[in-house]
Amino acid sequence: MNLFELSWRRVKAIFLKELVQMRRDRLTFAIMVMMPVMQLVLFGYAINTDPRHLPAAVELREDGPMTRSFLASLKASSYVDIVAVARNEEEGERLLRSGKASFLIVVPEGFERRLVRQERPQLLLAADASDPVAAGGVVSAVSEIARRAFAPDFEGPLSYLSASPAPYDIVVHRRYNPTGETAVNIVPGLLGVILTMTMVMITSIALTREIERGTMEMLLSTPVRPIEVMIGKTTPYVLVGAVQTIIVLCAAAFLFRIPFTGSWLAFLAGISAFIAANLMLGYLISTVARTQMQAMQLTFFVFLPSILLSGFMFPFRAMPAWAQALGEALPITHFLRVIREVMLKEAGLADVWGDLWPLLIILVALASLALARFRRTLD
Amino acid sequence: MTLNGGSKNGELVIDVRGLTKRFGDLVAVDDLELKVPRGAIYGFLGPNGSGKTTSIRMVCGLLKPDAGEGRVLGYDVLSQSSEIKERVGYMTQKFSLYEDLSIRENLEFIARIYELGDADGRVDRALENLGLVERQTQISGKLSGGWKQRLALACCMIHEPDLLLLDEPTAGVDPKARRDFWDRIRRFAAEGVTTLVSTHYMDEAVQCDSIAYIAYGKKLLDARTADIPAMIGLHAWSIEGPDLARAADLLEQEPGVELVARFGTAIHACGKDRAALAAAVQRVSARESLHAEEVEAGFEEIFIQLTAGRENEQFTAGQATAGKARA
Repeated sequence: MNLFELSWRRVKAIFLKELVQMRRDRLTFAIMVMMPVMQLVLFGYAINTDPRHLPAAVELREDGPMTRSFLASLKASSYVDIVAVARNEEEGERLLRSGKASFLIVVPEGFERRLVRQERPQLLLAADASDPVAAGGVVSAVSEIARRAFAPDFEGPLSYLSASPAPYDIVVHRRYNPTGETAVNIVPGLLGVILTMTMVMITSIALTREIERGTMEMLLSTPVRPIEVMIGKTTPYVLVGAVQTIIVLCAAAFLFRIPFTGSWLAFLAGISAFIAANLMLGYLISTVARTQMQAMQLTFFVFLPSILLSGFMFPFRAMPAWAQALGEALPITHFLRVIREVMLKEAGLADVWGDLWPLLIILVALASLALARFRRTLD
Repeated sequence: MTLNGGSKNGELVIDVRGLTKRFGDLVAVDDLELKVPRGAIYGFLGPNGSGKTTSIRMVCGLLKPDAGEGRVLGYDVLSQSSEIKERVGYMTQKFSLYEDLSIRENLEFIARIYELGDADGRVDRALENLGLVERQTQISGKLSGGWKQRLALACCMIHEPDLLLLDEPTAGVDPKARRDFWDRIRRFAAEGVTTLVSTHYMDEAVQCDSIAYIAYGKKLLDARTADIPAMIGLHAWSIEGPDLARAADLLEQEPGVELVARFGTAIHACGKDRAALAAAVQRVSARESLHAEEVEAGFEEIFIQLTAGRENEQFTAGQATAGKARA
């Protein structure tokens, strides 16, 4: 009758049984131990919300001693990494659109002369605001960056220029997302996250479910080939991915008023490769996991870095090199660049190719690995 | 003490030698030889865990043998498992069709996997043959054991295999369904389909043309069913009376009694030495005033005796290897 009456011996019996079962399920145990380690490393070391070392390009329209020393100081700065020096406007634009540079610092013609004459020349900063978080950091720091970069020049005979306010104006252009709305960045990125989540999770149980239900034995007793199982089991979910894509695109267009500026061909190529890569990733998990539960846990194991290391939540370039290398191995990292370039930056197939081929390589690698892991016998 | 009495005439559908399978330290199947002629119904008997399922899986290419060689349906058992799979119908011990598909959908799936022409027509005919036409839209998972078994048989027959491998097909199935099942198997055999069937039921064993009996991974007997009682030479007495538990205890002490087993309201005492057995039984039954009569030794007694003799041997062998492993 008493709800709280209990026998500790029976509690102990169940406790011991659970311990034994936990010990048998090695993979689950490993994931439980690895999860906090991974989160600590990712949040503690990889993620940097105060972005530094962002890739920037400088477009020099004049070449004087002051601009040269300005460039040298910029290169030494920890805020930005100068990845290229553009010689003309067109080159500068291309660097920004392809995502090779997140910023373009333009030193206009006659800057030096007008500076010396105290005519308050303009220094132009074009920021790729399709990632407002990354852009925001540098935009707010730009006057400090410029002040430090010019400091060595404003010594000696030009010391009259070092008085505040600065003898130049900084004009900031937020490209691709002029109002700096986070939705413009987040919504296209969400398409990548949603597709990763569902595609990987659905296919991760593709084989484990057959094994758990005992139907794998029947399937293997037929002449079916591993590649036939793989293609047959994953393609139905391409439809699911297509429906999700349409929903997100409609929401982006009608709810969030996010423009679609680029090429549909580039978009279709990117999303097809991305969906296929995710399906293969899930399928690969299903060849590793022995139960559906393990498959789910492994999916989350993939999902966490996909959100944290892909540039979805935090600026990709601000992460340390090892975290960037990990991120490059994830399909979503490349897809995010493709979709942002296509939707926001008017990109075409040629512009996104730099992220399309890594996506294709990941796809082929995952599919080959999954096929190699598929066991044709019950051994 | 492997006895070979199998039919030598006719083409061999299964012809394998030395098949061995290990799982870690356990030798699940040890040096198995199997010769099954075309059209035969071959019974595969043995206690649980004796290696029947493992053997069947090796024959149909679901497990890779660690050693051994041979041919199934003329194809190499090690390298041509794809060809073998196309021509074999394998019915798993556990129901292994899709429980969330209907009867018809399961049949259609199998028909397509085997790339059969006129899949619809074949499915229709299969449904008709097995009396499943009215139930074709029913979800397979909701079927009773007997109907599931009918469906499983229909599925492994749909591509008209030359060889049927049935792993305890009648486990958990009622006697009527079992009898129907065996009628079907015999019809298939008459059409030239070869069947290897594992079972625990003696009434099914006697329906087989030949029987291979394995225990602890080793084949102990392989002979035509009709020849087995004479080969083993086991004699039996049936004893009835009030206190059979005590009678059994007493009989087990007697020389000449090798096996005492309970059968319904009687106990059977068996032994190979007919005279010694008769003397022992008569001594005990006279003392305890029991009714005893000589009967023909059934398959059940024969197989219990075969396994019992083996159990002790295996136990000591197991002890020896365990000791070696520790050392």
